[in-house]
Amino acid sequence: MTYNTPEITLTARNLTRRFGNREIIRDVSLELKRGEVLGLLGHNGAGKTTTMQMLTGCLSPNSGSIEICGIDLARQPTLAKAHLGYLPETPPLYRELTVDDYLNFAARLRGMKSVDVFAALARTKQRCGLEAVSKKIIGTLSKGYQQRVGIAQAIIHQPDVIVLDEPTVGLDPAQIREVRTLIRELGNTHSVILSTHVLGEVESICDRVEILNRGSLVYSGTTAELDKLNGVTGQLEENFIRLTEAQP
Amino acid sequence: MIHLLALRELRSLFTMPSTWFILAALQFIFAWFFLNSLQAFLDIQPQLAQLANAPGVTTIIGAPLFNMVALLLMMLVPMFTMRLIAEERRNQTLSLLLSSPLSIRQIILGKFFGLMIFLSVMVASIPLMIYSLAVGTHLDSGLLLSNLLGLLLLIASYVALGLYISTLTTQPIIAAIGALAVLVGLWLADIAATAENSPWHLISPLHHFQSFSTGLLDSGDAVFFLLFTSVFLLLAMKRLSNNRIYG
Repeated sequence: MTYNTPEITLTARNLTRRFGNREIIRDVSLELKRGEVLGLLGHNGAGKTTTMQMLTGCLSPNSGSIEICGIDLARQPTLAKAHLGYLPETPPLYRELTVDDYLNFAARLRGMKSVDVFAALARTKQRCGLEAVSKKIIGTLSKGYQQRVGIAQAIIHQPDVIVLDEPTVGLDPAQIREVRTLIRELGNTHSVILSTHVLGEVESICDRVEILNRGSLVYSGTTAELDKLNGVTGQLEENFIRLTEAQP
Repeated sequence: MIHLLALRELRSLFTMPSTWFILAALQFIFAWFFLNSLQAFLDIQPQLAQLANAPGVTTIIGAPLFNMVALLLMMLVPMFTMRLIAEERRNQTLSLLLSSPLSIRQIILGKFFGLMIFLSVMVASIPLMIYSLAVGTHLDSGLLLSNLLGLLLLIASYVALGLYISTLTTQPIIAAIGALAVLVGLWLADIAATAENSPWHLISPLHHFQSFSTGLLDSGDAVFFLLFTSVFLLLAMKRLSNNRIYG
């Protein structure tokens, strides 16, 4: 299947989104290639979550178009969404189910055949470190485990595009490191887009960065470029703050 | 996909202790009512025997039992429908469904059938109770079937209405109160309207159940239930797809 998948997995063109009269997202365009981790950066309220909701079809843009693996999200939503895995800000968990039941449901929901689900379930649990809790009720798990279950449901069906909204929130330092390694690993074979406001995260896992400020893209380039925007390396944080404050 | 969602709905229902409690309590109420009407029937049986065209045991025990269940479910169905969409929204699980390769129609129908299966299981004990009388007497199975069909159609209309109201809000409790208010409102308007041709009779589901309850299979009433159910299911689909537009 991989040989005929297009190199560019996600394209968003001129996305605009209004809530009432307020323009939350203004003319945002993104492109994501296979084997790439893209970090979406910005202050709180910059529009990161709204952008991700539009990319995953949970919210329709007022104008602009989105293509996932060459399929238009507005015209053929079910086909396009089959290539998608999404972890929203709050993990979408049915707290009364066990981890196994929930992941099984998530896999089937994404159109996996029941014969493939078993292997996918074992692989994903191993990847996310969920083997020990697989029979437990999700509601009884700690926040860190719940976040991992959230990540697991987004990757269980091996989607081409993985959208993660603040994946490391609420995890302890050891778990953050594990999750970062996992995302890096996923980034080798899939495309990952993640939002964060932790700059260290960007530095360690993202190939490319897009910075959102008040609904517009103010910067787009590789992480290394952002790091030495002024010619001096190691200026990631300063550059980020300068870029997000420069706008009126 | 629809069956997958319906199964998930059932699984979630049966993992909650409150579901089992309600099931048990209801079976107790059903059985109690059944035994009471059986006792009443046995008490008046000598007098009935003297009538030329006496009503049978199905008419005296079965029909009132179904009517009582219809009324009871009017209060209970909103407690089940409230969670359907409102809770998905509150727990943020709706974004899992919306970002999955599903159509809105599948989501709504999955929820609808999931709850319909549950409620059908819940009322399945009623025909069984009545059929237990077949050991000692002859039953009017036509009347029984018409009652059962009417009850299922009635439940479908309750569920569709509750499901629609659940799509309107984020708070399950508001969805429950809203659905209860509409259902009780329709019922009260129906029984308060004394005129035979009052329009309130036309829009009240319980009124349309009455002909099924007397063993009359009126296609007009059946069409009413189908229309009522599909209108609210369509409205629910419309509202859920607007979710993408209004956020």
